[in-house]
Amino acid sequence: MIGRLTAIAFNTFREAVRDRVLYNLILFALLIVGSSVLFGQISLEINRIVLINLGLTAISLFGIVIAIFIGIGLVSKEIEKRTLYTLLAARPVRRWEFITGKFLGLVMTLTVNALLMSVGFFAAVMYVSHGLGRGDLQLVTAIYFILLQFVMITALALLFSTFSTPVFSSIFAFAIFAVGTFAEDLRGFSHMASGATRWMMSGASYLVPNFAALNVITQVAHDTAVEPKLILLNTVYVLVYTAAVLTASVWIFERRNLK
Amino acid sequence: MTRDLQVQTIYGLLLAGLLTASAVLVRQVDRVRSDEPLREVLYIPSPAVVKRMSLGYSGLLADIYWTRVVQYFGTKHRANAKEYLILEPLLTMTTALDPKLLPAYEFGSVFLAQKPPEGAGNPLAAARLVEQGIAANPQSWRLYYDLGFIYWLELKDPAKAADAFDRGSKVPGAHPWMRVMAAALAAHAGETETAIYMWTNILNSTEDVELRANGQNRLRCLRVDSEVKLLQDRVDDFTQQNRRLPSGWEELISSSRLRRVPLDPKGYAYQLVGGRVQVARPGLFPFITRGLPPGQEPGDMPGEKGFKVTATQ
Repeated sequence: MIGRLTAIAFNTFREAVRDRVLYNLILFALLIVGSSVLFGQISLEINRIVLINLGLTAISLFGIVIAIFIGIGLVSKEIEKRTLYTLLAARPVRRWEFITGKFLGLVMTLTVNALLMSVGFFAAVMYVSHGLGRGDLQLVTAIYFILLQFVMITALALLFSTFSTPVFSSIFAFAIFAVGTFAEDLRGFSHMASGATRWMMSGASYLVPNFAALNVITQVAHDTAVEPKLILLNTVYVLVYTAAVLTASVWIFERRNLK
Repeated sequence: MTRDLQVQTIYGLLLAGLLTASAVLVRQVDRVRSDEPLREVLYIPSPAVVKRMSLGYSGLLADIYWTRVVQYFGTKHRANAKEYLILEPLLTMTTALDPKLLPAYEFGSVFLAQKPPEGAGNPLAAARLVEQGIAANPQSWRLYYDLGFIYWLELKDPAKAADAFDRGSKVPGAHPWMRVMAAALAAHAGETETAIYMWTNILNSTEDVELRANGQNRLRCLRVDSEVKLLQDRVDDFTQQNRRLPSGWEELISSSRLRRVPLDPKGYAYQLVGGRVQVARPGLFPFITRGLPPGQEPGDMPGEKGFKVTATQ
């Protein structure tokens, strides 16, 4: 089982790395980080803050775009190329192994991407701050939270990919990302309603992914520490939510007729 | 040269030519739309809406808005503008997106407070902005410091200035002389001696070249205020005793009220016009409140570019 999962994951990673669009995005992200150094110089007194905000936002947004555009094609591409049936029928690969392997492969791709972008980002921080200090460890926390975002959005893109076309999957994934950033507001709105509306609103607000809590970019830009408890809770939340989304993906995929 | 290389060269040259042509066209378009960046338009006036639209990346958006503030202020300032219509809303937007962005409060309040064309001439808005900053960052003693300056120098309200310095002095890590300033302003509100004490402290507590130059200028102006008051007292004394105005400084020297013709800190002789003491070149002393020619109000003179109130520890 582990061998099959690893094989699918590495194959997905290799496919993604071969994809030229991916390289372009990394290059573009690095360019954005580089330009932030320049941008910082025209923003009176806030060079470092601009650099951190721009650099981390670029890493986050580019990763999310990559996650969605590759994630939505993971299943549908295999169906289109008719390689999926061969894979599932000719080899002893179970459907849940296929979904999980694809998920792990894309997460691996995004992690490598994020690490490459982070190297460029820290180089720029070093350039602006003339070195790195203890306080810069908070930046690592922000990058870790960005990786957690990638894990969730990859799982969601994969979920949509199991039952929808790539175009609609991408629309759904971007929409759920946008709604997820309003999760805290939705919970706030639900308190203002009453009766069934309140329950429905409240339920919906807990059902959407809580992306808002994973964005600490502004906070770390001001050298404000992230609570260790938040790191722990966010990690556990992402693992649980991702497991739920992957379960739903496998459930839908198991019922799908691929012939 | 092979045919393939020839084709490649032609494509390369064509591409370079087209890109150059497009760059030239962009420059032309920029010339036609030269006033576009100055447009007094906010596009989205609600900070709450902009914050929602940022999808959580509000820090970056705040930086973009702050850069727009700096560019807007700089462009208007260079054009000697009399009005800065969207400066306050832009600052409100910036600080709503990132309430921890201290430079937006510190520099933004200076941009707002200074008289046109140096700034928007809206010290009340500046005070409001800094108060908002204090509410969001109660541990930043520099904001109380900025607020004290706005009340003292721009709004001429020493009582509120004393209150701001006093509140700031209670913040851990605050500059020690914040407490002294609070007491001095409360006891001797508006006195020249208090001002001299304050600016001397600033001068002694900073290495910033620009701030030191500004402090020295302020001290020179305060010296003028002090000397004009002293000279005017002597002139009034002469007028009272002789029941006529003195014809010049010589009469005050011959009556032992002065030792020599008085000179201002820049070395020019003070003028005695119709019994009034005034400076020879008001433009050299942009912050004086006494010794100005008739009809000229304090702060009217184009001089140095306002004050920059940033203390160093």
